Amino acid sequence: MSQYTLFDKVWDLHKVADLPGGSSQIFIGLHLIHEVTSPQAFGALKDKNLNVKFPSRTVATVDHIVPTDNQSRPFKDILAEQMIDTLEKNCADHKIRFFNIGSGSQGIVHVVAPELGLTQPGMTIACGDSHTSTHGAFGSIAFGIGTSQVRDVLASQTLAMNKLKVRKIFCKNKLTDGVYAKDLVLHIINQLGVKAGVGFAYEFAGPAISELSMEERMTICNMSIEGGARCGYINPDETTFDYIKEKKCSPKNQNWHLAVKWWKSLVSEENAIYDDEIIIDAAKVEPTVTWGITPGQSVGINQKIPELNDLNKDDQFIAGEAYEYMGFNPGQKIKNTPIDVCFIGSCTNGRISDLRVASKIVKGNKVAPHIKAFVVPGSEKVAKEAIHEGLDEIFIQAGFQWREPGCSMCLAMNPDKLKGNQISASSSNRNFKGRQGSPNGRTLLMSPAMVAAAAISGKVCDVRDFLKK
Amino acid sequence: MTGDFFGPQGKIKLIKGRCISLIGDDIDTDRIIPARFLKCVTFDSLGSAVFEDDRKDLKGKHPFDLTINKNSSILIVNSNFGCGSSREHAPQALLRWGIRAIIGESFAEIFYSNCVAIGIPCFTMDKISINKIQEMSEKGLIFDIDISKAEARTSESKFKLEIKSSSRNMFLSGEWDATSTLLNNSDLIEEKIKQLPYVQLNEDFSK
Repeated sequence: MSQYTLFDKVWDLHKVADLPGGSSQIFIGLHLIHEVTSPQAFGALKDKNLNVKFPSRTVATVDHIVPTDNQSRPFKDILAEQMIDTLEKNCADHKIRFFNIGSGSQGIVHVVAPELGLTQPGMTIACGDSHTSTHGAFGSIAFGIGTSQVRDVLASQTLAMNKLKVRKIFCKNKLTDGVYAKDLVLHIINQLGVKAGVGFAYEFAGPAISELSMEERMTICNMSIEGGARCGYINPDETTFDYIKEKKCSPKNQNWHLAVKWWKSLVSEENAIYDDEIIIDAAKVEPTVTWGITPGQSVGINQKIPELNDLNKDDQFIAGEAYEYMGFNPGQKIKNTPIDVCFIGSCTNGRISDLRVASKIVKGNKVAPHIKAFVVPGSEKVAKEAIHEGLDEIFIQAGFQWREPGCSMCLAMNPDKLKGNQISASSSNRNFKGRQGSPNGRTLLMSPAMVAAAAISGKVCDVRDFLKK
Repeated sequence: MTGDFFGPQGKIKLIKGRCISLIGDDIDTDRIIPARFLKCVTFDSLGSAVFEDDRKDLKGKHPFDLTINKNSSILIVNSNFGCGSSREHAPQALLRWGIRAIIGESFAEIFYSNCVAIGIPCFTMDKISINKIQEMSEKGLIFDIDISKAEARTSESKFKLEIKSSSRNMFLSGEWDATSTLLNNSDLIEEKIKQLPYVQLNEDFSK
């Protein structure tokens, strides 16, 4: 049983009661909603004749279904239009703040809340989306929930939950040049497996984590769920405070100083007790690419796709399925795998620093002739900043399409989809069968820099070769 | 809002039904219900779309299409079932297809809590027992699941099931449908929000 960790402190602070069945009632400090997982929750409130208890603690935006080419209303897709319309009505009826398209603050929910300063250390944050773990980068306890739980948070601002165990993932040494937060988290998931995190919150720590920017930390925590951990977090430090300061919704003046003092008190104690601790050597991480159908099936760029015998017995069944689905042979090199589509975006890697890194690789180069490449900024703010810096022009000059903000081809609920068995190089978070909109489409997950390099080469390559040029 | 569909209600103590075996590890919620079916404002039409792409791929040979599995209600799965997206549409689709309980080697966290929240008990068993039950269910297997005893019975034998005690208590008491239980503590909730430092320190939070 963990003690004196940030997780323990935040959990204890938010505990409202012990419930009769043995679980705990936990107060949710910030509730984020979007168009896909909220309509049935509002419907259930209506059925039960209930109101939203604290409307000011819920914030909405629209991201999953929005088209990224033409966002004029009504949307061409009638179902998508119905979903945004329902969200607009629900937010208006219940007086919930809604950052709609054109507000200047719309975007992927996990990009928007941090950039508004809504995400802060010490909060509990819930959203009907598994990548809510992203917000743990700030030292909050943030996790995805389903629609019935969205209903419960709307109605009571609380959830019935069981306390998670805490695993410390200490990342020693530092990442080398051309290796990014995405590579580190893919490597961690590969080492621990996609189900090791079930029942755990992951605390990411160590020098390799401390040196990361907030946006890189968000990439790490974002993918905790891909390792099975519903919640991942990083203790807040000066990097955290610098990011939050002066954001629209952050504490101001005297309250700022009080907030920082409080945030510092939340950090896991030196004598904290963890349920498990593991060490990862960040210096050994290579640019990492997935080859299969789970985010744990990845290899370093210079490695070969594993043979069945290289894998644990438990991983062999899904590996067999992956070889067949991907059309790859065991022992085949991942490098030089031809690519059809390149996607830069998503709540994992659609932030301004991601676009900056990718634009440096792209600048002065051309996208390979057969490749469809596109950039989907994570939010309207990201898009505005990128345009201000001229990044859009760099991408367009190289042959990328520059799109409007949304979740896009991460999960392909909008018109951005793979066709047939196309292979994508994608900066997103999931390579599940059919994930990117075609039932036999194939996804290779990698860092945005690696996607940019793949777009230029037309195949999977080592981004470090570009950096040498 | 749920149309003609009647899902689980109140106390859940016994579940009787035919077992349907679905073999595979890490079956994610995108496979259970592909994202294109999430474009809906109710869960009503999800039942027929469950495993849509996997079923098309197997051209009638998917367990959810086999005649022997028609009217089955107890799903037997392997490890890390329901990983990935938090979409409640996945257990809602299973529920609407007819699934009332799931027995597996292990479950992904959010999927598990979604199942509790909509009244589908999920039980675990070791790999060897699961494999045995999967084999048996391919020949036709009817289980009587007793939630308070955490066991599954056939006319000849008994299998011990594992379930988190908090989940078991919630099914037995009906508190899996949590809203009213949570609202019983309204006074404590009001007290709690006053104690939270960030609520006091964030005058710009609601801007």
